[in-house]
Amino acid sequence: MSELERHKFDVVVIGAGGAGLRAAVEAREAGLSVAIICKSLFGKAHTVMAEGGAAASMGNVNSGDNWMVHFRDTMRGGKFLNHYRMAELHAKESPDRIYELEMWGALFDRTKEGKISQRNFGGHEYPRLAHVGDRTGLELIRTMQQKIVALQQNDMKTFGKLWIEVFAELTVTEILKEDGKVAGVYGYWRESGSEVLFEAPAVIIATGGVGKTFKITSNSWEGTGDGHALALKAGANLVDMEFLQFHPTGMVWPPSVRGILVTESVRGEGGILTNIKGERFMFKYIPDVFKDKYADNEAEADRWYLDQDKNRRPPELLPRDEVARAINTEVKAGRGTEHGGVFLDVSKRISAEIIKKRLPSMWHQFYELAGVDITKEPMEVGPTCHYVMGGVEVVPETAAAVGVDGLFAAGEVAGGMHGSNRLGGNSLSDLLVFGRRAGIGAIEYVRANEAKSVSDSSIKAASQRIEAPFTRTGGENAYSLHAELQEITHNLVGIIRTKSELVEAIEKIADIRTRSANISVTGGRKFNPGFHLAFDLDNMLLVAESTAKCAVGREESRGGHTRDDFPGMDNKWRQVNQISSFDGQKVNVRKQALPSIPKELFDLFDVHELEKYMTAEEIAKGGSN
Amino acid sequence: MSGVFSPSRAKIAVRTLRTDRWWLQPAITVAVLVSFIIYATIRAFEAKFYFAEPLISPFYSPCLTSACPTNGSLLGQPFGTIAIFGMVISPALFILIFPLGFRMTCYYYRKAYYRSFWQSPPACAVAEPHKTYTGETRAPLILQNGHRWFFFAGLIFNVLLSIDAVLAFRNAEGQWGHMSIGTLVLLTNATLLWLYSASCHTCRHTIGGRLKHFSQHPLRYKLWTWVSVLNHKHPTFAWISLFGVALTDVYVRAVSSGSISNLYFF
Amino acid sequence: MARKLNMRIWRGDSVDGALQDVQVEANEGEVVLDVIHRVQATQMGDLAVRWNCKAGKCGSCSMEINGKPRLACMTQVASYGEEETITVTPLRAFPVIKDLVTDVSFNYKKAMEIPAYAPPSDLKPGEARMQQVDVERSQEFRKCIECFLCQDTCHVIRDHEENKKSFAGPRFFIRIAELDMHPLDTLRNRKQTAQEEHGLGMCNITKCCTEVCPEHIRITDNAIIPMKERVVDVKYDPVRWLGSKIRKREGIV
Repeated sequence: MSELERHKFDVVVIGAGGAGLRAAVEAREAGLSVAIICKSLFGKAHTVMAEGGAAASMGNVNSGDNWMVHFRDTMRGGKFLNHYRMAELHAKESPDRIYELEMWGALFDRTKEGKISQRNFGGHEYPRLAHVGDRTGLELIRTMQQKIVALQQNDMKTFGKLWIEVFAELTVTEILKEDGKVAGVYGYWRESGSEVLFEAPAVIIATGGVGKTFKITSNSWEGTGDGHALALKAGANLVDMEFLQFHPTGMVWPPSVRGILVTESVRGEGGILTNIKGERFMFKYIPDVFKDKYADNEAEADRWYLDQDKNRRPPELLPRDEVARAINTEVKAGRGTEHGGVFLDVSKRISAEIIKKRLPSMWHQFYELAGVDITKEPMEVGPTCHYVMGGVEVVPETAAAVGVDGLFAAGEVAGGMHGSNRLGGNSLSDLLVFGRRAGIGAIEYVRANEAKSVSDSSIKAASQRIEAPFTRTGGENAYSLHAELQEITHNLVGIIRTKSELVEAIEKIADIRTRSANISVTGGRKFNPGFHLAFDLDNMLLVAESTAKCAVGREESRGGHTRDDFPGMDNKWRQVNQISSFDGQKVNVRKQALPSIPKELFDLFDVHELEKYMTAEEIAKGGSN
Repeated sequence: MSGVFSPSRAKIAVRTLRTDRWWLQPAITVAVLVSFIIYATIRAFEAKFYFAEPLISPFYSPCLTSACPTNGSLLGQPFGTIAIFGMVISPALFILIFPLGFRMTCYYYRKAYYRSFWQSPPACAVAEPHKTYTGETRAPLILQNGHRWFFFAGLIFNVLLSIDAVLAFRNAEGQWGHMSIGTLVLLTNATLLWLYSASCHTCRHTIGGRLKHFSQHPLRYKLWTWVSVLNHKHPTFAWISLFGVALTDVYVRAVSSGSISNLYFF
Repeated sequence: MARKLNMRIWRGDSVDGALQDVQVEANEGEVVLDVIHRVQATQMGDLAVRWNCKAGKCGSCSMEINGKPRLACMTQVASYGEEETITVTPLRAFPVIKDLVTDVSFNYKKAMEIPAYAPPSDLKPGEARMQQVDVERSQEFRKCIECFLCQDTCHVIRDHEENKKSFAGPRFFIRIAELDMHPLDTLRNRKQTAQEEHGLGMCNITKCCTEVCPEHIRITDNAIIPMKERVVDVKYDPVRWLGSKIRKREGIV
């Protein structure tokens, strides 16, 4: 074998989505050398799929908005399971992060005064989402990609060499530690299969989500929970992995597009949900806590679109978890379409012209992929796995992973910020706020700690692990094991969960894990997808195990976790985080107290609202200080 | 070996794997343009049957030499009669250069003839036959950058041909208040030429495209949006105005040669 | 309603390669990427193909299908005839790595050559004011998903490898146009450098870039031709050149 490719950097960022790029920019601007590693080409990260916008209380459209209102909305959306400090930092810093993007060349849609325009979205009290049509995520990625190019141009001009480099199409298989501290990462080029060592005192994980663990998902192939698994294996914790957001409206037909997102804006623009009998079923599913805010008859719901002050909202606009559960129930009761979805129709309410103007990419998506003209026919939709609220347990201010010196995590891979349910629009601002904070955390860490060199024995072990699937023949096929795993998660760890099914899932996942140790790969190392999947699968198995174990542990229903056998929300469970860790063999879950809200944040809420979520003792205490 | 057959590229022996009839479009373009050129050349050298009171063929307007009947010369006859080797030069040749230049440098026609005549490329993803390529960076093609001058010249011709159309609201005796099929023909021709000019990319640039801040020039922005709509149809206008010119000439020739008579509505 | 589909897939690397015939099942509503995945999962485990979102939003799965540059995730199998063989090859303007995957690093090198957005030096975050009508032109170009199909189809580099060093390609002409039309960009020489350094003059506006763009960006009409006209303003139009000298207009408009 030829000489091992080696690199030395101050900071290695795994993942080139919004959070990773933002972290990289921060670290480079502070004078550090930075490597950005991504599995895809530069600029293809899943962030580009975000449509709606980035939530930030700039108050450009309604001056009543401010960080406190945003904080309240976020906590309510997460059913008060959020890490209060993350939600606070997020609400306070989002506007600055948006303005900063504009300085780097982002072109958001504008208000009449020439400011950044903001749009309404589910769960946000005021129009708050900075947006660019329905492609805001793309704008974020492109802007930061171009910012990094600008930093590189500057490096070339000033130093004649690059101090920030992008390593595209490279998979990280391991985070290497020496003496208990992060020392670097090990991986391989997807193109050639050859191995690479990065030595760095600080590693930032920004790998996004876990959607590919599930059969029906809006996530791309990259969402295989790599960062979650890498962190677990490196000794970090995952918090609350039971909380997955199922977006109520994904495409269901044809099979090849199953799961692709149908944006919430379709319902915002007047789309109605009906079952196969033509019944507008959402009226049956309005929970008591929302009765005063949502219309209980069609006439009033229809009037809302004309006069939002005098009428209650149509029930199609209930929070994502409520709508997803309702659709799920309808389909299970046999009132779904032949393809297992329900109908979502905008054609009856708005004209073809306006549909094409306001929902251009949706029209395009259905026309080109499903042969459906949404200006004339209804869409078929059903829930799709969209986002994981759980993730690496971090220190809010620095995004440092708890328990591993030198490791940081930001974006979807980090947990805590969104509690049990994320509001639409909060993920893009989350990326920016905590991407930057992870950068700052890494800068401080690098300045205070010496780099450690990676030992030969660590390198050898990492290398052997990569070689292993090639040395076996006639073993398991990674593609079919992946399909099996997706079947299990879909059927047993899906939207509605019960104890017996979860226990079954845990057993089955363990079985696949055993068999996966025997995966063999055909062909060579050069751009071999079968080989790539073998590593992705290992990560997904760990994530699925953590999710299933957390799900069986939490005996209540809250946000993105619904238990058939425990249908209600339990205020005692609000004080509990479930922490996953990995002992080298299996995932272990323990309970940990949620940090309690300090008085100044406690006082932002009406106490009667808090009574819905908190125990009497907590209310009596009135905040932690 | 260069292009798609370069050593680093995927080894595929054929110059395209397209299975559709990609050669049809350039073939049609060649056929139509060649027909037009042949017809226009014949007519330009024919030097007769271009005027039948009150109609004048667009090939010959404005008629600037004394070969024309005086009442057909809108701008007088400044050139008198010019003859080379005893041959009288056709009045058409003095003016054809401008509309021809406008169309030759037109961004749409450039696409059409680069593809069809020069095969550069013949169609998308079909390898072109040329060894080297420098685009519009050298003479003579760098002169394509002069499109705007032909655009302005073209506007003058549009004005003249519009006047011709107005003059056609007369009868053969020069009395106003009449209208014939010939009037309609000339009006249609002038309208199509205006649409072709107004939809031109240079027009779009001049009217507002070069501005950095539309918001500070609301009127020009408004005009720009209109021109942009027309610009979308520039290829269509390019073709139908070309047919318009040829068919107008056919009509005037038929009337002038006495093959048909110009039917008057009133 | 599954049916047997005949495909020819190019397999090979930079040294050698050939089209291989395969038969694969195709279901109703599937796109070409789906059947390629089926081939991968059932017949050719190591078939290399680049893809990502599978929803036409990331621009990863660019390849040539029956000779036309396309996104495999947005190409319906049903758009071809029942009996038709579907031929897929890697992009033919770039060096091939393996099977359907090409080395598109050319595009990232070109991206490095375009000077970045240059806001006014005294502009503070949050103080930018821009009107919607002033940002709309640039917004169209920012829809670009960097699938590089326009770069692939452009004959200037597809058919002439030697032009790659002097020609940025359609994707980066829209980038230059985006910045030149950006209401707050202060860099004044983008028009000159477009012509002198990035090869705008090489383009003969034959519009293949526009034809293949999956985002339907009107690359030629809205970016390249307006930039060519702007170049004429500063380089080939003596009247405007004189006007700019007298009135110092360049920059005011």
